[in-house]
Amino acid sequence: MESTTAAVPALKRDPLGFTPGKLAMWLFLASDAMGFMGLIGAYMVARISSHDWQIPGRDPDFGIGLTAFMTFLLIVSSVTMVTALAAIQKGNRKGLLLWLGLTILGGLTFVGLQAYEWTHLIHAGLLPSKSNYAATFYTLTGFHGLHVSIGVVYLSCIWIRSKQGAYTAEKHSPVELVGLYWHFVDLVWIVLFTIIYLIPDAVK
Amino acid sequence: MSSDHANAPYYKVLAGLTFFTILEIIWALPSVGIGRGLLIGGLAIMAGIKAAMVGLYYMHLKWEAKVIWGVIAFPIVLVVVMIAGLLADAIGYY
Repeated sequence: MESTTAAVPALKRDPLGFTPGKLAMWLFLASDAMGFMGLIGAYMVARISSHDWQIPGRDPDFGIGLTAFMTFLLIVSSVTMVTALAAIQKGNRKGLLLWLGLTILGGLTFVGLQAYEWTHLIHAGLLPSKSNYAATFYTLTGFHGLHVSIGVVYLSCIWIRSKQGAYTAEKHSPVELVGLYWHFVDLVWIVLFTIIYLIPDAVK
Repeated sequence: MSSDHANAPYYKVLAGLTFFTILEIIWALPSVGIGRGLLIGGLAIMAGIKAAMVGLYYMHLKWEAKVIWGVIAFPIVLVVVMIAGLLADAIGYY
């Protein structure tokens, strides 16, 4: 019997220019961004409504150095992530594993430094129940830290699948999707760093 | 997404992000003595530039389909309306 599929032209994999998974990830990121903006909005209202915005526990010894380094760390981890994607797009599996691994390391270091910062601030007396500043500070940075932690787990799953040889130059959509998530986490931190760590210090 | 981003300037973007982060920190130093309005406005612009760099180049929005732009335009509009409403209330305009 003659095949009936021979005359049918091959379908493009993503005729719209994006995969369904990418559209789904962007929809998720859009909704997640609104969640973050709700928290940032609450922070701004509390900040503006307060005539005496206390920053207890923000001792000068701690300064801005640690969080500036954490910001740089996330920025660099975005580069390692995008380099991992570029590697697999060229079919370089070893490069993918290396750059993904470095991205995971960056995320783990960020979470570790945030835990160190929180411990330091709590020992200095900045408890979440202490003030509006403390409550909004821990909520915002904690929500972001949760995203970074989830990102590290997500990246680790992709790394394991990469190790198993699941991705090729032609088929690597999950790597691109985890990259979108990770860059979003970086982008949100860029905003949080400015709003939480730079503006309060500057207007004191 | 097309493959046009294969030669995207990732390391130039990294340099730009690092430059603006350092500039932000210097800008916010109390010893620099920048006025409150200029200080906050400058920080907001620099953070916006950094966020745009990450979105356009690392998230490849520069090469993305119109539908994806539509998906992110919706929350941006909502956020602008929300912030404007909250600020109007917070500063006691209403």
